[in-house]
Amino acid sequence: MVRVDGTSNGSLIQVRKLDKRYQRGSEEIHVLQGLNLDVEAGDFVAFMGPSGSGKTTLLNLLGGLDVPSAGTITVAGDEISALSAQKLTAWRARHVGFIFQMYNLIPVLTAFQNVELPLLLTKLSRAERRRHVETVLELVGLADRMQHYPRQLSGGQEQRVAIARAIVADPTFLLADEPTGDLDRRSADEIMELIDRLVNEHNKTVLMVTHDPRAAERAHAVLHLDKGVLIEAA
Amino acid sequence: MKYFALLWANLKRKKIRTTLTIGSFLIALMLFGVLAAVHAAFYQGIEVAGADRLVVINRVSLIQPLPLSYRERLLQLPGVKEVTHASWFGGVYQDERNFFPQFAIETESYRRMFPEFAISDGQWKAFEGDLQGCVVGAATARRYGFKPGDRIPIKGTIFQGMWEFNVRAIYTGTRQGDDETQFWFHKKYLEENGPDFFKGLVGWYTVRVGNPDQAGAVGKAIDARFANSSNETKTEPERAFAAAFVKQMGNIELLLLTIGGVVFFTLLLVTGNTMATSVRERTAELAVLKTVGYSDRFVLGLVLAESLLIALQGGLLGVLAAVGIAPGLSQAMPGMTFYLPTSSLVLGVVLTVLVGLAAGLVPAWSAMRLRVVDALRRV
Repeated sequence: MVRVDGTSNGSLIQVRKLDKRYQRGSEEIHVLQGLNLDVEAGDFVAFMGPSGSGKTTLLNLLGGLDVPSAGTITVAGDEISALSAQKLTAWRARHVGFIFQMYNLIPVLTAFQNVELPLLLTKLSRAERRRHVETVLELVGLADRMQHYPRQLSGGQEQRVAIARAIVADPTFLLADEPTGDLDRRSADEIMELIDRLVNEHNKTVLMVTHDPRAAERAHAVLHLDKGVLIEAA
Repeated sequence: MKYFALLWANLKRKKIRTTLTIGSFLIALMLFGVLAAVHAAFYQGIEVAGADRLVVINRVSLIQPLPLSYRERLLQLPGVKEVTHASWFGGVYQDERNFFPQFAIETESYRRMFPEFAISDGQWKAFEGDLQGCVVGAATARRYGFKPGDRIPIKGTIFQGMWEFNVRAIYTGTRQGDDETQFWFHKKYLEENGPDFFKGLVGWYTVRVGNPDQAGAVGKAIDARFANSSNETKTEPERAFAAAFVKQMGNIELLLLTIGGVVFFTLLLVTGNTMATSVRERTAELAVLKTVGYSDRFVLGLVLAESLLIALQGGLLGVLAAVGIAPGLSQAMPGMTFYLPTSSLVLGVVLTVLVGLAAGLVPAWSAMRLRVVDALRRV
């Protein structure tokens, strides 16, 4: 159950009075203003809103890529807004899987090597890493493309590799920033079906920023972000 | 090791650029190696000089001879263990370009004075027994195909006429850097067949002292012994004598250091620029690495390791090339032995590592400080 009133307790992701301000020259930009959010494990949340409304900023804060100006973010009991940069990096490796609009694969690594990247930070043996990578690449339907380089894959396939990379270390939740933004309709639908399966069959928690209403339709909850405030869609 | 694939893949990203950078390291280290070999060739006499040996020359100049009679007087001085002498012959074998140093030596003591030159007893005996016999260094023997039993004509320039010698022995150096180009023959042969102006004279003496710590005092005693005579002496440790000899040719060390310094500084700029470009191009990728949990320090290490790997590949190839080139230089410049001393090999590798790290430092630092949010916004 997704809530934005800040009254819930014990949710997986708990955001309280989150503020984010930027200084641009002499002007202060107040991107997020006292935002509250509660997301339960297994929820699939879509964030929508006009450009510049702070969707990506919110995602960056939730993923520990940026630090809030005020307020707290607590994930699975860890208050990440209080962690040092070094601890935050380690926390990200353990808890967050990122899916980007532009896939952001390393072009000189094969699909297998790209997916293996997060696992290199773990203590898994080479054989164990291989097993994990093969499993997730099979899950995203790319078992036969493991040794292909990103340039040898279509956009949809690249995004599947990116999703495989995001889930391979079994993170606590996934953050997807416009995951279908660079894809044609058919590929976009395939990616959304895959994310659907991750949520419904594998009980993954997904927070997604999107401009695409068809993609947002699949979410359990759609939240609109406007002028730094979250509003639950009717 | 598990990160090697990532490291290697990054190097293969721009193959031409990486190859050219490796190539610049190769050329620079090859040049360094060749300069080190040139340095060794000039300074080898200094490096291998005996600490217990003194060289006694005429105070006027090296080319002024000393009386043969000084030998016994030198031997009588306290602290002097052994005395031998040699005289520069300056002959030409077939062609003036065929240079190798020829010395008329005192047969009896010369071998004992210079034990670093290895000669079989049988060959030495054959040399001693033949007034026209000669001993040839292995490098000169190889160069002209001399072997025991050969008869060699040498045209005298100081001591006019055609001189015939029989090769009786080949000597080899026992240490890296020992000069294997020399040619020795009996002073007695020169004495009996040479011009009157050189009779009873020698070029210089080499003296062995009993205690190397007393070498300075013994040297002073020698010069004092012959002070106010018609042939005053100048005695120096063999090392100082060799150094003075090299100094006559100019400050080679400064020249080599200057060239080497300029080359390495240029290399630093070239590699630094390459690494900076490489990091700029990969801003988004480095941000992704940080996003998935790679630490700032890891990214710093990754860029430094890339720079180091480029440097080491080029550097090691360059040093190997220099090792291969050195013998060719010896062939091209007769009379000198070019080789790459182990210390220079190690220094070359150390310099490679230092330049590799220094060149990668600034780009690595900027990669480390890269903010993920800013970098991803640029994608």
